[in-house]
Amino acid sequence: MKISLWINDKLIEDDIPADTILLEFLREKGCYSVKRGCETSNCGLCTVLMEGKPILSCSTLALRAEGKHITTMEGLQEEAKEFGEFLADQGGEQCGFCSPGFIMNVIAMTRELEDPTEQEIKEYLAGNLCRCTGYQSQLRAIRNYLEMKKGAK
Amino acid sequence: MKMKAVNTPVRKKDAMALVTGKPVYTDDIAPKDCLVLKILRSPHAHALVKEVKKDAALKVPGVEYVFTHEDVPGTRFTIAGQTFPELSPYDRLILDQRVRFVGDAVAIVAGKDEASVNKAMKLIKVTYEVLEPVLDFTRSKDNRVIIHPESDWSIPVGLEPDKDRNVVCHGIEERGNAEEELAKCSYVVDETYHTKANQQAMMETFRAYTHIDVNGRLNVVSSTQVPFHVRKTLATALEIPKSQIRIVKPRIGGGFGAKQTVVCEMYPAFVSWKTKRPAKIVYTREESQIAASPRHEMQVRVRAGADENGKIQAMIVETLSNAGAYGEHTPTTIGLTGAKTLPLYTSNAKAYKFEFEGVYTNTQAAGAYRGYGATQGTFAVESAVSQLAEKMNIDPIRFREMNMVREGDIMHAYHGETANACALDRCLERAKQMIGWDSKYPCRDMGNGKVRSVGVAMTMQGSSIQQVDVASVSIKTGDDGFYNMQIGATDMGTGCDTILAQMAADCLHTEVDNIVVSGVDTDVSPYDSGSYASSTTYLTGQATIKTCETLKKKIIEAGAQMIGCSSEDAEFNGREVFVPGTDQKVSLKDVANAAMCGSVHTLEACEKSTSPVSPPPFMAATVEIEIDKETGHIELIDYCAAVDCGTVINTNLARVQAEGGIAQGIGMALYEDVVHSKAGKCYTDSFLQYKIPSRLDTGKIRVEFESSYEPTGPFGAKSIGEVVINTPSPAIAHAVYNGTGLRFRELPITGEKIVMGLKELEKDTGK
Repeated sequence: MKISLWINDKLIEDDIPADTILLEFLREKGCYSVKRGCETSNCGLCTVLMEGKPILSCSTLALRAEGKHITTMEGLQEEAKEFGEFLADQGGEQCGFCSPGFIMNVIAMTRELEDPTEQEIKEYLAGNLCRCTGYQSQLRAIRNYLEMKKGAK
Repeated sequence: MKMKAVNTPVRKKDAMALVTGKPVYTDDIAPKDCLVLKILRSPHAHALVKEVKKDAALKVPGVEYVFTHEDVPGTRFTIAGQTFPELSPYDRLILDQRVRFVGDAVAIVAGKDEASVNKAMKLIKVTYEVLEPVLDFTRSKDNRVIIHPESDWSIPVGLEPDKDRNVVCHGIEERGNAEEELAKCSYVVDETYHTKANQQAMMETFRAYTHIDVNGRLNVVSSTQVPFHVRKTLATALEIPKSQIRIVKPRIGGGFGAKQTVVCEMYPAFVSWKTKRPAKIVYTREESQIAASPRHEMQVRVRAGADENGKIQAMIVETLSNAGAYGEHTPTTIGLTGAKTLPLYTSNAKAYKFEFEGVYTNTQAAGAYRGYGATQGTFAVESAVSQLAEKMNIDPIRFREMNMVREGDIMHAYHGETANACALDRCLERAKQMIGWDSKYPCRDMGNGKVRSVGVAMTMQGSSIQQVDVASVSIKTGDDGFYNMQIGATDMGTGCDTILAQMAADCLHTEVDNIVVSGVDTDVSPYDSGSYASSTTYLTGQATIKTCETLKKKIIEAGAQMIGCSSEDAEFNGREVFVPGTDQKVSLKDVANAAMCGSVHTLEACEKSTSPVSPPPFMAATVEIEIDKETGHIELIDYCAAVDCGTVINTNLARVQAEGGIAQGIGMALYEDVVHSKAGKCYTDSFLQYKIPSRLDTGKIRVEFESSYEPTGPFGAKSIGEVVINTPSPAIAHAVYNGTGLRFRELPITGEKIVMGLKELEKDTGK
């Protein structure tokens, strides 16, 4: 089926099987930051933004993105780097495999929530699994990042 | 040596690439024209493959090959990533006619894309002769069903194996007469514990791609912890010389021991070697749950006895381990259930005994998972020790203080090594203070159906496998005086490329950024056993220091010649070679550049390290939990850990290691279950059923370091990677007992089990 959509603000037109999963489609288009960690929508590694809202690209048909704007980390390099510095300063990326999906959701959270509490942060990001870190370093990084943002305002 | 980089929170060298999502992992860099492989897996726990009809599958457009046991070489091998001669049996083929668990490989299907291969998989018709399986590991020995009847089964170094009785290994180690001494004890506990086959669940599943290079050699790019062992295993499996194989390790998305086993590499390697075409395999999460390399399920009986004064005088540990269908890592993991637990309490005891047996079953083969047997043993022994303290009416922390190993003690049960660096006493005191033990032990009723309680546990691990592991490092000086560092150890996300560069930076008096570290390529990297057995910081760290010393000498020699003085009079401060007390000097930049013009000075060094000892890191932990007596839900309130890993090389990365290990341990204690159907099918085959902790589950984890100084370690360091996973199960089980009176000896401790237990307790007490 014919599909046209924007990936990181670039118009992409293609002809794809109807059952193509958005995750696979994005990787095929060179968005390698988008990772698969499971087949059951549990891990959050494949998180991308559709019209600015976080979605799991593993459980979204590519055709659902018809006419829409999809943003992957390839299209958010500046923001990824900005928060990523805080994560790196805590050693909170470790193996890094879950980092892109996690960071995409952190970016979505900071856009959506004003000054979130610790519990709100944990709940917003509960769907982003990480097996390396035990999450504490990521929480420290988010707190420091939010402090910096607050100070910058 | 002055520490500038060591003991600081240096950022991981690859951090910014990882956090900005750069394509650095195996599947990101695999060629586009790879054959895509999938494995057709057995639906039966035990069967013989009688016929495989592949015609229909081969007609699917895009599908190119279907390989079965008839196509593969007939030499048996082990996929355990271990130093030769291995203690693991050579009991596998790439594809075997006999399948030994639900999920065992039956056929390799190769095609141009995943969709066509998946379609073909459904069209392959396999006829099986279904055999009776052995699923219960307590009934495997001397079962009439023999899991490995083949005559070409072998083992390079056997620990009393008897495959005709389904026994992979057996052994006894005893000091004194443990049974006799136990009988003399005033207080004795005798309990049996059961731990499950937990999955490492690293976020990047098993994967590799292969191709034939310009010289006709097999190239393997693999997400592995053990590149050199992959080369060895593939050479045996494919019956080709090792010189024909090259392994490259890119960035790895976690391993935790899973990738110390050659789980998937033989499939694309076989296909590429046979067809001369590039091939790749990426395991699904389901495959990583059902046909991978999880922790060994174990049953551990502990008998511990103390005299009237509360001194432990005898301890007996008997471990039965479930190898699963194949024996990789079974004889080695099992030893740690005793060797990493008994030494904590038996330095001054009269006797101890350790007996072990590993058996085959028709379940998924187990392998290496962080902790490597010590984790299972720690749950059992620490639980028993807490129970013994209770029996004697002594505070469990006080009881440990009265009995634990201290610096200078000889650890008879740990190869007779002396605890030269041991801050366990300080760790325990610290963990006690952190949680506020005295005001919280054993529990507080919160008045709302909830109770808050505390628990304690302690543990030890090792640092490398003594007299076996080797690590090499090579460093060369480049123009203008930068350094290329090559290590054979694999950074699997833990940051060893960075921490070894920190060590080298301090040795060479330079900046971490001036040292370029390369990932492993078996064609060019110096030999290393691999990243496992908590060896990298300790052993590769030792090699780093040795290499730097040799290199410094060479730099001084070259510089002294330029100055025109004796190299004995010259020194090197990182920037220049100089003669102290004079103004004679030459810069490193000039020395390095001069070596590239009409010079015979080799400003490169490569040194190797191996260790006669394996100094244990120690750790003590306390935990506070809140138990909802209505639902059985356990909330982690506070997990306090004090770790003695010797000198901390990277304060951030060591902390994250500890926090991450504890979180994995929490998963093992509370959620991570492995459930099979009666026919042996694994039900917990996805993250829907197999629950690993999310960030809502781990509570607050606090880690502090109580460092000792290990005289043989680099900068005084010991290991950190594994010891951190061992305490949660016993500490949480202890807290659950203190809050409810329920003693759990089987993991995981789910809310359901707590509610059921409390109901039983009510019935028993007639409330």
